[in-house]
Amino acid sequence: MVKIAAKFPSSSKGAHSSSLLRSFRFLKKYRHIALGVYVLALASNFLAITIPQAVRWIIDAGVIEGNMRVLGLALLGLLGVTIVKCLVDFVLGRWTEVASQGVAYDIRNAIYGKLSSLSFAYHDQAQTGQLLARSISDVDRIRFLTGRAILRLFQHSLLLLLTFFALLLMNAQLALLSMFLMPLLAYVALRFGRVYRPLSLDLQHQLAEMTTVLEQNLRGAKIVKAFAQEEAEIERFERQNAHWFKLAGAQVAVGAKHIPLLDLIASLSTVAIIWLGGRLVIENSLTIGELVAFTTYLGQLISPVRRLGVIIPAVAMASAAGERVYTILDAQSEVVDSPGAVALPPVEGRVRFEDVSFSYFNQRVVLDKLNFEARAGEVVALLGATGSGKSTIINLIPRFYDVSGGRITIDGHDLRDVTLNSLRDQIGIVLQETVLFAASIRDNIAYGLEVASESEVIEAAKAAQAHDFIMAMPEGYDTPVGERGATLSGGQKQRIAIARALLKDPRVLLLDDATSSVDAETERLIQIALERLMVGRTSFIIAQRLSTARMADKVLVLQGGRVAAAGTHEELLRDSGLYAEIYYRNLRE
Amino acid sequence: MSFSLGGSGLRMGGPRSTLENYADKVEGQSFNLRVLWHLLVFVRPYSLRMLAAFVAMLSASGLTLATPYLVKEAIDGPIMAGDIAGLNQLVLLLLAAFIGLYLASMAQRYLLSWVGQKMLADLRAALFRHLQEMPLAYHDKHVIGVTISRVISDVGVINQLLSQGLITLTGDSLLLAGIVIVMLSLNAQLALATFSIIPVIVLATMVFARRAKLAFRKTRARNAHMIGDLAENLSGIRVIQAFANEAISSEKFDEVNSANRDAHIEAMSLSFVFLPTVEFLGIAATAIVLLFGGLSVAQGSLTLGTVIAFLAYVNRFFLPVQELSQFYATMQTAMAGGERVINLLHTEPEIQDRADAREMPPIQGRIEFRNVHFGYRESLPVLRDINLDIPAGTMVALVGPTGAGKTSIANLIARFYDVSAGAVRIDGIDIREVKQRSMRSQMGLVSQDPFIFAGTIADNIRFGKPDASMDEVVAAGEMANVGEFVKDLPLGYETEIFEDGANLSVGQRQLISIARAILADPRILIMDEATSSVDMVTEALIQDALRRLLTQRSAIVIAHRLSTIVNADLICVVDDGQIREIGRHADLLARRDLYYALYQRQFVEMAD
Repeated sequence: MVKIAAKFPSSSKGAHSSSLLRSFRFLKKYRHIALGVYVLALASNFLAITIPQAVRWIIDAGVIEGNMRVLGLALLGLLGVTIVKCLVDFVLGRWTEVASQGVAYDIRNAIYGKLSSLSFAYHDQAQTGQLLARSISDVDRIRFLTGRAILRLFQHSLLLLLTFFALLLMNAQLALLSMFLMPLLAYVALRFGRVYRPLSLDLQHQLAEMTTVLEQNLRGAKIVKAFAQEEAEIERFERQNAHWFKLAGAQVAVGAKHIPLLDLIASLSTVAIIWLGGRLVIENSLTIGELVAFTTYLGQLISPVRRLGVIIPAVAMASAAGERVYTILDAQSEVVDSPGAVALPPVEGRVRFEDVSFSYFNQRVVLDKLNFEARAGEVVALLGATGSGKSTIINLIPRFYDVSGGRITIDGHDLRDVTLNSLRDQIGIVLQETVLFAASIRDNIAYGLEVASESEVIEAAKAAQAHDFIMAMPEGYDTPVGERGATLSGGQKQRIAIARALLKDPRVLLLDDATSSVDAETERLIQIALERLMVGRTSFIIAQRLSTARMADKVLVLQGGRVAAAGTHEELLRDSGLYAEIYYRNLRE
Repeated sequence: MSFSLGGSGLRMGGPRSTLENYADKVEGQSFNLRVLWHLLVFVRPYSLRMLAAFVAMLSASGLTLATPYLVKEAIDGPIMAGDIAGLNQLVLLLLAAFIGLYLASMAQRYLLSWVGQKMLADLRAALFRHLQEMPLAYHDKHVIGVTISRVISDVGVINQLLSQGLITLTGDSLLLAGIVIVMLSLNAQLALATFSIIPVIVLATMVFARRAKLAFRKTRARNAHMIGDLAENLSGIRVIQAFANEAISSEKFDEVNSANRDAHIEAMSLSFVFLPTVEFLGIAATAIVLLFGGLSVAQGSLTLGTVIAFLAYVNRFFLPVQELSQFYATMQTAMAGGERVINLLHTEPEIQDRADAREMPPIQGRIEFRNVHFGYRESLPVLRDINLDIPAGTMVALVGPTGAGKTSIANLIARFYDVSAGAVRIDGIDIREVKQRSMRSQMGLVSQDPFIFAGTIADNIRFGKPDASMDEVVAAGEMANVGEFVKDLPLGYETEIFEDGANLSVGQRQLISIARAILADPRILIMDEATSSVDMVTEALIQDALRRLLTQRSAIVIAHRLSTIVNADLICVVDDGQIREIGRHADLLARRDLYYALYQRQFVEMAD
């Protein structure tokens, strides 16, 4: 699906017609059904215009001339035509839904695929709430557009055209008069769409702003309370809310001005028909039946015209929605498999950083021509001040971000020459902030592995010091994580994340401050487990505690994005003033 | 204990099981008078406008009824009689009626939508205000994404129910009644014959309504399921990528995505059966009019104009019927949404200021716990019989294993929760006797999970004191060592922070939240693992700064690192919900008990 999207690069600014057009390209997969829909729509319209003719026939030949046989036959004909039309309308409706729901399904899968392929850099800047809104409401708007909206537009304009021809056949003079106002109708409808669109865009945007204020407030509830800032927060929300209402009010006014106007213009035709038609009947150049047929035809146009009032704003919203959705689909991941990428063969685990530089969103240089090598199986501890680049090093090894300069190799393979999947499959990682999924503890530990036996899961949990607290829960490994299940403490979540990384049996293990919210006793237990597990794996550990540094084969002391000192604990204590300072400051206290 | 503010992965939307539940369970009745009644309270301030809208609607309905009658008069009178002048008169009347209709429906539409949107804004403001009153226990229990959907989406559908829905309902019903009356007065016999179709419509509508209810409920559940899956995976996207699990998670999403599609197609198909059925019944009614009307005209007992007017009325009759049936699905959703919103609005905050609560006088800083018992759930006591007396100006360190109850003690001091038994006093005043805000505005909190708001670094530091000058912000920033990394940023303190502080490390976020607490100039400072992700050198610098700041103030510090703890005036060892040891570092070491063991494990091991 991503490929489909990629085939149609659009101007990212997105003139609104191009975003509409692109939405229709998603119908391509359903072109047979879509074609069927339009053929049926044609048929339904033809049937629709025969109905007033039947009425005319009934009145002129049946009622006025008193021919009961004709009356009966015509009535049967009327009912027959209607039954066929109803059947056609059912199939028409269902197929429309099948195609447009299919489009929504495809777009959602495409968005999903895209979002999982976009690198960390994208997700750091994207707002989860916005992404959700785009995948849900915006896609629904596109669905409506590619389904009922456009079908109705087609059906209604066709009906207009067919009606015009039917009227022409009955009485040219009257037909021209009744259709005289149609261009005005079209003009008003189009202007309505033009005025409505920017307003609905602003309104959407403002609603998103409000949602953000609300979300921030809820997530920061403890801080809001702790600093007694409730009133300030209410004021902030009400400011956004008031702005929203101002926009909503403007939108209301536009709708109130235009939609009844569309009705009025359509009704003026009826007035004209009665006026001229009445004269023609008096002059005997028109029958009563024809006059009734004329008004019936115009009556048939009333509800389509009314629906225009719904469809035009919807089309306007859909084009805006399309623009937002396509910016996601068009986003380029900063980290992708290079064209000639090969699968990384099973590695020993020798990791080299050669002149590696990295700057985060071009804001600030985080790593500055960094050089070091970790031999296979070595435990490397990263030490340094907050913001010195420790987490960045951890994030560069699985290629969550690409280096800005220099290169990183594993067993001599430049990371950018191998496929992402084959690289990440050989790396186990525990991120600084633990994320668990709404599934059982077992599924969380076995995450990413299709087959993991019960005993393997338990072994990993034991190694991560998680087994005991898991077994203490009523449902053990089946305990669901999340709202309905057990509330896990930060330390417990971290241990599950460690078990998850261990179960993968990776060659390279990355631990980003993995034990920061664990008490000293638990940390000690985890460290014993880790020490055992790090044997034979290249491991990078960020820890704020010196005990970690002491068990490492190599300690890198980072300062200002460079390696200020490297060596074993003993060597550094002897040679590095910085390290000694950190060490003794801790010891002294 | 961790009370992560939803920052723990299941952020937006939360676990899908919950969403599914809420879609399934909360939809009791489709029409709930209690909900409607409570919602109408929000319409009341605008009753004048609503009255005007109602008048406009009545005029619109009347004029809608009048136009076919005018056409009938034209046919039976001037057209049959060949009276051109009379025709002109009637045509002018008709024109006037349509223009009147235009004005009336414009007024109706404007007034209704205006009130609807206004009410929506009012409802959202009320909800937001109410949420500020809810205690932390509420936020612990509720997924943020669900609360957001209450305030944003549920309120949105209520608007459809109240302003559009109710009026459409009344307007359409009135119109239907009017049509029935006019038809009966035009010709009772023909009218009754036509109405024979009504029982069939009622039957069809009932059958449809029952099936539609189930089908649309299923679509909502499937939709919630899909949103839940998406929300969860978006917040876990980093883990998905780290474990190269994109393919499997895409497959799972494909499942919920296609289930959602299929449920929608099925539900909509019901409508596609129903709407043509109504259309057919409409034509059947037309046929009845033509058959019986035609016979009567032939016999001369009815005018042709009447038949034609009947045709027009039958046509008008079926439009509202179709609209009403479509409205049914909307109403169902809106009622469910309304019920959820009303329930939220009517949830009593578990912690409220007493009616006679007074302002907290300036805090000196003495903190007492008297026989305090506490649990987040009744079945699970967390603190048992805690007694504690902290003199003003003391820095207390709480130590002990994870889950011992340290954070709970801190939470009780700020009255984020109420004690189950006993009392917490500050300067001798039971904290339940004073207004929460007057007390908390004199406290500062730095929590383990440092929450950073969207905005600049300066905005975040200024949070507790919105009118602070830039100099004050910088001074607080320097004290908390924020200046150290801010100086490398091109925009300095004015740098925008991404969602969740994604462009900052956890340690940096902790420093910002420390600066925030420093600037608020609290009388009591609570630091819960405030520096757990800060490197040791920086932490030592912050400790020095805080020591200077905290002279004459009280501080509660929770930490695992002994370097933070040893300098405290008083150390409390908390274990299993009880205070096991209390004293100074040297005294506690001398006791050679729990604290000594803790110290040995962490500190000595490092020094050897």
